[in-house]
Amino acid sequence: MKRFIAAAAVIALLALVSLFIGVSNVSWDSLFSPSPDERALQVLVISRIPRLLAVMLVGTSLGVAGLLMQMLARNRFVEPATAGSAESASLGVLAATALAPQLPVLGKMLVAACFALAGTALFLLILRRIPMRSVLIVPLVGLVLGSVFDSVTTFFAYRFDLLQSVNAWKTGDFSTVLRGRYELLWVTLVLTLCAYVAADRFTVVGMGESFTTNLGLRYSRIVALGLVIVSLVTAMVVVTVGMIPFLGLLVPNVVSLFMGDNARKSIPWVAVGGAGFVLLCDIIGRVVRFPYEIPGATIAGVIGSGLFLFLLLRRDARVG
Amino acid sequence: MIEAKNVTKRYGPTLVVDDVSLRFPVGGITSIIGPNGAGKSTLLSMISRVLPMSSGNVLVDGLDVVTTPGDELARRLAILRQDNHLTSRLTVRELVTFGRYPHSKGRPTVKDQEHVERAIQHMGLEALSARFLDELSGGQRQRAFVAMVLCQDTDYVLLDEPLNGLDLKHAVSMMKQLRTAANTLGKSFVLVLHDLNFASCYSDHLIAMRDGKVAFQGRSEDIMRPDVLRAVYDLEIAIQQINGDWIATHYR
Repeated sequence: MKRFIAAAAVIALLALVSLFIGVSNVSWDSLFSPSPDERALQVLVISRIPRLLAVMLVGTSLGVAGLLMQMLARNRFVEPATAGSAESASLGVLAATALAPQLPVLGKMLVAACFALAGTALFLLILRRIPMRSVLIVPLVGLVLGSVFDSVTTFFAYRFDLLQSVNAWKTGDFSTVLRGRYELLWVTLVLTLCAYVAADRFTVVGMGESFTTNLGLRYSRIVALGLVIVSLVTAMVVVTVGMIPFLGLLVPNVVSLFMGDNARKSIPWVAVGGAGFVLLCDIIGRVVRFPYEIPGATIAGVIGSGLFLFLLLRRDARVG
Repeated sequence: MIEAKNVTKRYGPTLVVDDVSLRFPVGGITSIIGPNGAGKSTLLSMISRVLPMSSGNVLVDGLDVVTTPGDELARRLAILRQDNHLTSRLTVRELVTFGRYPHSKGRPTVKDQEHVERAIQHMGLEALSARFLDELSGGQRQRAFVAMVLCQDTDYVLLDEPLNGLDLKHAVSMMKQLRTAANTLGKSFVLVLHDLNFASCYSDHLIAMRDGKVAFQGRSEDIMRPDVLRAVYDLEIAIQQINGDWIATHYR
């Protein structure tokens, strides 16, 4: 508990710091002087705070979605971004944008969620059909499936001249987040809380179908619940800011190393760790080429792939 | 009482379990023996509803396992299958605590904790209780799984190859534990065992299966006979009575 509070405090500090990073001058003095700078206050309320909230919400929910995916697929190396969920969600937004351009964001999100649900369910169905599934076959199947969705998306995006938009859905970037354009993400917090409430069920599902049945739970029902949470979270993130790679893979794996996989204990850590990871990536992206920005997803890709390789080599003895 | 009526499992044209009707005795240890592919594990899995039947039905205390709500059954019957491969990193205590899930629904009470401690003690896992499962040997893990199932505290406990991976000391101690639980708590155990002599020494009732059918059943002295075992295993097995136990000497 002490460690958890310490971790949360560090992230709160990072969050505070992030409010004061940016081209527009927002400083402690300009905000809290006797005659506060109106402009600075506006920047803070319209841009900086919404951006911070979006970062935290995306980090929290994608981390937990990754954890859920790993329990549903019973494999450590899957996450929404590598198991067809994000790719099918992108395809969904593309379909909505091309066929019904006047649809509001909420409508696009729902279409994307339906596509993500179908794509992720297809992934789990394929897994059930694979006999002798090995640890590494599972993420490979996810990558293959994701690439298939991706190529369909690219084909139609090219036809409809929407390649740039597709890129935006695939690369998470928080620089465009403004008040009024990120609020959908609050729903992901509700979904994360749902996952926490059902944490024990997800842990049981992670033990496999026989264990689940033996303990008197309906396996298919819990899997369905998990699928809905993962798909909705993925769709919302894709529609609002774009996908962040490695997050759903890295954070749950690190947490698992020192906390184990009892979801009741690990979900709070994954939530906090996910928020911290995205926050850190976003801050780095904002300062390395100041005053320009590098998308958070790009930074996450660089840090994530390095860290993940390290984890993979470190724990490979236990993978088999 | 567990009652199987015309239970059949078919994979394509292959009959794995062929129209088995059985009443398992209440209380004590019943062991199912038989050669590989006789349908022992399949039968056990169907009885415990973790594998769907092709036809037939199974009643546990008069409740049909297919239609009865899962949590109701989970308080009466527990199953441990063989080859339990967990990818989750859980500690031994967390795993055993999940055995209480049908009773506690994820909120273990003091009484649930007592069950957990007792199960950990029974399986001699005190020193390992804070360790993660993936840091244990196969035999230690097997004991943790059995502790979890015992912790579920059901009247009927079905164990598929519970001695898998256990050394001699722990195999003997597990059978003794099951014997004690059967005698003092009135529980009914149904085991699938490969070791004939463990089955013979500890069981009240033996069921010999072959080709998806029940070939013989009865007490140890009825089953541990060369003619019966030859019909089951296609092997000449000499039987000797040692200190009141029927012992098979099939090593040469």
